[in-house]
Amino acid sequence: MAAETPGEYISHHLTNLSIKVGEGGFWTLHLDSIIMGWLVGIAGIGAFYLVAKSATRGVPGRLQGFIELMVEFVDGTVRDIFPGERKFLAPLALTIFVWVFMMNLMDLIPVDFVAAGAGLLGLHHWKAVPSTDLNTTFAMSITVFVLTIYFSFKAKGAGGFVHELFTAPFGSNPLFWIPNFILNVIEYLSKPVSLAMRLFGNMYAGELIFILLALLGTSWAWFLPSAVLSAGWAIFHILIILLQAFIFMVLTVVYIAMAHEHH
Amino acid sequence: MEKMMMLASVQGSTAIAIGLIIGLGAIGACIGIGIMGSKFLEAAGRQPEMIPQLQKFMFILAGLIDAAFLIGVGLAMYFAGGPLLNSLLAVAK
Repeated sequence: MAAETPGEYISHHLTNLSIKVGEGGFWTLHLDSIIMGWLVGIAGIGAFYLVAKSATRGVPGRLQGFIELMVEFVDGTVRDIFPGERKFLAPLALTIFVWVFMMNLMDLIPVDFVAAGAGLLGLHHWKAVPSTDLNTTFAMSITVFVLTIYFSFKAKGAGGFVHELFTAPFGSNPLFWIPNFILNVIEYLSKPVSLAMRLFGNMYAGELIFILLALLGTSWAWFLPSAVLSAGWAIFHILIILLQAFIFMVLTVVYIAMAHEHH
Repeated sequence: MEKMMMLASVQGSTAIAIGLIIGLGAIGACIGIGIMGSKFLEAAGRQPEMIPQLQKFMFILAGLIDAAFLIGVGLAMYFAGGPLLNSLLAVAK
């Protein structure tokens, strides 16, 4: 392991553990993203579930107080953006926020610890952060996109949705149908793409900077600056993690709220 | 020898492209955050009681402004792995 070049070190840490279940690139699964996604999801949502099951009406303990804080925060945010019926939207927002935050949190584990741990289990590659995998972020944003279309249908009806698709910005003159449609398609497609790539870009760049800073500490002279810079970047990264999870949640709620609007 | 020259030319252009992507993206992101931050400070000075609400929107906007820049960084890092060399290497063999 000591004989690799810096380029090999970087690309070794940036490769997913993938298995093939069929022909072609589509049927290659990134096992590490799937397993880590499930693990952090069960850990995060499971914690909420356990606290909710044993909740007390009297003076709450610290964990219950913290969970209540989170639920009220997400509920308040959803209420500010979408004043309608939020029985489905608020739990969706909470799930997205907690899950994305837990996935991003895995980025704070030092890269060499993850590689060493995976080496103990006999795995050559293991990326601990599912949100650095484009497949994970696109899976979430495509799900949000499908939900947006579902809520559009529910709020405007199938006929109303198609009518709006062809007449939305410019007007109902038949001359404008093609430009309206093109603009609407661009608007609808840009939302999941930007949602996915924003989260992916932030997390991938963050992980890459962690790897590059770790690479800086190869000699004893550079070890202390590398450790200090890594610590500084990790502290800044805590803010980025929270921010990106919050933005994913807010944009999900905003897109679904926009689906309910009539033009 | 000619193979090496062609490889070097592709690598060199890729390096310049990566630098441009990251640099120009950083210019846009930093100017955007600067303008937004200055407006926030102005508004906070006028109405200190609005600071919590404005702060919430400021963080949302900061994330959105950084989005395009970080997408660019991700793309640039992808190019740094040398995928543009693949077709050249396939022909050169």
